[in-house]
Amino acid sequence: MPKVKIPTPLRQYTAGSPEVEVGGATAGEALGNLASEHPDLKQHLYTGDGKLRSFVNVYKGDEDIRYLEGPDTKVGEGDELSIIPSIAGGRCR
Amino acid sequence: MQARQPLVESPNGTMELSNEEIARYSRHLIMPEVALDGQKQLKAAKILTVGTGGLGSPLALYLAAAGVGTIGIVDFDVVDESNLQRQIIHGTSDLGRPKVESAYEKLKDINPNVEVRVHEEALTSENALEIFEDYDVIVDGTDNFPTRYLVNDACVLLGKPNVYGSIFRFEGQASVFYAEEGPCYRCLYPEPPPPGLVPSCAEGGVLGILPGAIGTIQATETVKLILGIGEPLIGRLLLYDALGMSFREMKLRKDPNCPVCGENPTVTELIDYQEFCGIPQANAAEEGNGVPEITVKELKNKLDNEEAINVLDVREPHEYEVANIGVRLIPLGELPQRLVELDQHEYFVVHCKTGARSARAVKLLQESGFQNVYNVKGGITAWSEEIDPSVPKY
Repeated sequence: MPKVKIPTPLRQYTAGSPEVEVGGATAGEALGNLASEHPDLKQHLYTGDGKLRSFVNVYKGDEDIRYLEGPDTKVGEGDELSIIPSIAGGRCR
Repeated sequence: MQARQPLVESPNGTMELSNEEIARYSRHLIMPEVALDGQKQLKAAKILTVGTGGLGSPLALYLAAAGVGTIGIVDFDVVDESNLQRQIIHGTSDLGRPKVESAYEKLKDINPNVEVRVHEEALTSENALEIFEDYDVIVDGTDNFPTRYLVNDACVLLGKPNVYGSIFRFEGQASVFYAEEGPCYRCLYPEPPPPGLVPSCAEGGVLGILPGAIGTIQATETVKLILGIGEPLIGRLLLYDALGMSFREMKLRKDPNCPVCGENPTVTELIDYQEFCGIPQANAAEEGNGVPEITVKELKNKLDNEEAINVLDVREPHEYEVANIGVRLIPLGELPQRLVELDQHEYFVVHCKTGARSARAVKLLQESGFQNVYNVKGGITAWSEEIDPSVPKY
């Protein structure tokens, strides 16, 4: 099963876990499973019509899946997916 | 290692170092990678740091100490107590002073040879190009999305490198966005997250030391660019996790469809970045979401008159521990499950830190059939400022 690295801003939706193992043969499936296991995460990853949000970058290893096969990028045992969110700084507004 | 073109040409012949400077920079001068020529390049370099906060503090301090000849600082803020946990360029005696003033003094004290140029203003689409024009490298130490996109676009339009750093809680990011040679910030993040979706002040916070780690990485990259040595972070995103104490590196690519640095750019001048980041819309939505409000003074009167009201605090327990006004705590996240504990026919007043979370709570209560629910305008912060200063402000 691939592992998904959860960045700090989203860990509150995975009960604090920095890393979650999920099933799925592609990056899209793995993220979908992650979102169904942690429903609060869903709106942070997907738009209302089910598309991955444009400010959420997903990497397989050190490669952006946008430059691999997107959500169809194959993932397997031991692969590491990372969610890289945009962060602005230590203060809000 | 492939030698890079130094960003600042060696000013050999036109610039000399004094004996004082030679003594000061001796640890640089004995390194072949810097040496006399490199130290002169540093002296000839003009660096702009946008923001003199968490990131700007360490990076400006180190660049001044390293002998960067001209350091510009942009900031319009004043020093506040809550800055001192991480913004080490400012001290307790600087409270209430403009940040550029205390930064100026600190930098001049570290190295009087440095010319410090003060830009005491907010960076805007109107002034950014003019301010940036004079500098060789722009270092982004800002704390909000609109300014980050503004800094990026201005750097792309002027063909200057943008040394990027960003922090949140225990996690930091750093890169060098230099469209002449690689991707820009928009190639990585084409769009900002809508306001409200990124964690708010309440869930936010930052380890005070974290900007020290990221700011010094930015300073290192700046010096490397000036000297043309080593491998810059162009096309690489460095991720730092202070809790796991690990660094990871992601590959960044130039997006051929990037609206600002791509093949057919659609952004060819600076735009309205507040608008781009959805800030006015979000403010309007917040104001227009029409939850009934009461002021802290009205709340105080009601409590003094012993009116039959229930006051709820919807912050987190660790915030309650820092400051509270002795009312019932139900964190916003638990409210949906704990509605059963509340009688919807009663009168409720809800507060949080500044009023945003409690507005959401009021909305939730209204949708669940509560008739008399009011949001405390300004939250416990307003209570501390206007009613009871013995309640600490955090």
